[in-house]
Amino acid sequence: MAGNSGPLSPRAKLAVTAGKAAAAVSRAAGRGSGSVIGGKVALKLDPDLLARLATHLDVVLVSATNGKTTTTRLIAEALRASGPVVSNALGANMPAGITSALAGGSDARYGVIEVDEKYLAGVARDVSPKAIALLNLSRDQLDRAAETRMLAEKWREGLAGTKAVIIANADDPLIVWAASSSQNVVWVAAGQEWKDDAWSCPSCGGVMQRPGDDWFCGECGFRRPTPSWALSGDYVLDPHGSAWPIHLQLPGRANKANATTSAAVAATFGVPPQVALERMYQVQAVAGRFDVVSFLGREVRLLLAKNPAGWLETFSLIDGPPAPVILGVNARGADGTDTSWLWDVDYPRLAGHPIFVIGDRKLDLAVRLEVAGLEFRVCETVDEAVQAAPPGRIELIANYTAFQDVRRRVGN
Amino acid sequence: MSQNSLRVVWVYPDLLSTYGDQGNVLVLERRAHQRRLDVQRVDVRSDQQIPTSGDIYLIGGGEDRPQRLAAERLRRDGGLNRAVANGAIVFSVCAGYQILGHEFINDLGQREQGLGLLDVVSTRGEGERCVGDVLADIDPQLGLPPLTGFENHQGVTHLGPTARPFARVRFGKGNGTGDGTEGAFNETVFGTYMHGPVMARNPHIADLLIKLALDVNALPPVDDRWYEALRAERIAAATQPA
Repeated sequence: MAGNSGPLSPRAKLAVTAGKAAAAVSRAAGRGSGSVIGGKVALKLDPDLLARLATHLDVVLVSATNGKTTTTRLIAEALRASGPVVSNALGANMPAGITSALAGGSDARYGVIEVDEKYLAGVARDVSPKAIALLNLSRDQLDRAAETRMLAEKWREGLAGTKAVIIANADDPLIVWAASSSQNVVWVAAGQEWKDDAWSCPSCGGVMQRPGDDWFCGECGFRRPTPSWALSGDYVLDPHGSAWPIHLQLPGRANKANATTSAAVAATFGVPPQVALERMYQVQAVAGRFDVVSFLGREVRLLLAKNPAGWLETFSLIDGPPAPVILGVNARGADGTDTSWLWDVDYPRLAGHPIFVIGDRKLDLAVRLEVAGLEFRVCETVDEAVQAAPPGRIELIANYTAFQDVRRRVGN
Repeated sequence: MSQNSLRVVWVYPDLLSTYGDQGNVLVLERRAHQRRLDVQRVDVRSDQQIPTSGDIYLIGGGEDRPQRLAAERLRRDGGLNRAVANGAIVFSVCAGYQILGHEFINDLGQREQGLGLLDVVSTRGEGERCVGDVLADIDPQLGLPPLTGFENHQGVTHLGPTARPFARVRFGKGNGTGDGTEGAFNETVFGTYMHGPVMARNPHIADLLIKLALDVNALPPVDDRWYEALRAERIAAATQPA
């Protein structure tokens, strides 16, 4: 607490202490880390606590539909080259969780904060960030989330006039729309495989033209900005034209994109790309994601995919056939209770893999796979699926609560 | 039309495919293929002309602004109305259902003119959004088993004299009018609020459209094992709300 508690008012100190006590009680009761309840208690006692805690930090905010937890971790690692970092590394990304994470920061110089999409504008107002990284926006939890374009519009309004440097993905039209109200934007060509939420122009509603990697609106002229950073194959291209090889332990194109954005963020704080990237190589897994575990004598890689865009990126990183694949889908509150999105996922790409299906909504998935003309087996438990899988490392892809269920079972 | 081919037109996936609406197209295609029909699927983006020679047209759900854009472009295009005049079958979901009516409330809060293919008028509900599993009985005239679906909308749709309710809800909201009706249909045009997607949970609807398009009374059976298992689970879920 030393670094942050010094300048705090007695009220803020009390709030921090009460929050920590509540978190300790929650932990003792076996209800998780307690960070959210702790933050809630603290914010009740001092509603301005988040702003106060951030005063003495250089804050970076990270938001997106997919990749925010991983990118937060990569940026935190990179900035540690330049000073101590406090971060909500476990993904508690609403104001209470963020408050709790910052209150736990000792003598940190940087705060690297993942923010839920819906709270970005408010948190950005509260903590006066130095930098904001915006990765991608796509459909997610449609039974309760705001419409995707409306979210981009809210970001656009909320970020207009911010003093922060915005580091934004030039390949996602919704991100470009959200970021381009700001004065100071660093565009990163980070790619975006999923295109189905940006066929109509966020500005005028015209039909978007997307030749190759480019995009533009044929009607109003809204178009892809020229990026100064880019992911090109296995290299980060920096604004000076230098190419830096990426050797992450984390798999897949999407993580290379996250690393590229993270390098651009680190550079705004004076950390050179090579130094930043080397620090990112230490990251093996993020909150259980990408972890390879041993379970029932088998190697299982745990992959989280929560929405069509996430599944698409995940399919591109798994081992090819005949690697066995276990798919897990739930539809609890945190997942969104509507499973219609399964029909936006390109499951035919799994042709040739032995497929095993688990989770609360395994029957929705079974019909989806049947209609895709794929062979599959429905299993009651992850144990049954792992035991039934033919030899080879198993790729296990699950959405949010299904992923947590699996982690609990495999002891990750 | 030849008896062994089917032309399926998916209307405006760039605007009206937000709730897994591709699923209805995929189920319809799959079940037609399983009956050895030659399926030609045409996806029509909103900057392209609607072909008028299709047998079955599918139109899905979307967010408020894309819904307005779709209505504007479909009115200007006129192709869907010509196709219906030629006897084509149309199946619409949620935002697409509202567009097929006389009018609906657009994203600007104004009355937006629809295509007038169904005798319905939609407004926006004052209360909470209708979200959750639905169980309903389909109009007995259509001879289909109970309807299971997932609704996620704030629309209220009133039926005029030439539209019949597609179903009557046992659990859920449906048209949101409080009279228990869900969806609407006439001889060849159907509308529903059900996502799921609705044909994944009710493959008999896909079969009905194929039969109407081919003008046949029956189709060879296919393996419905997984559909039936899913139906049983979702019907049970609708009757035991959380």
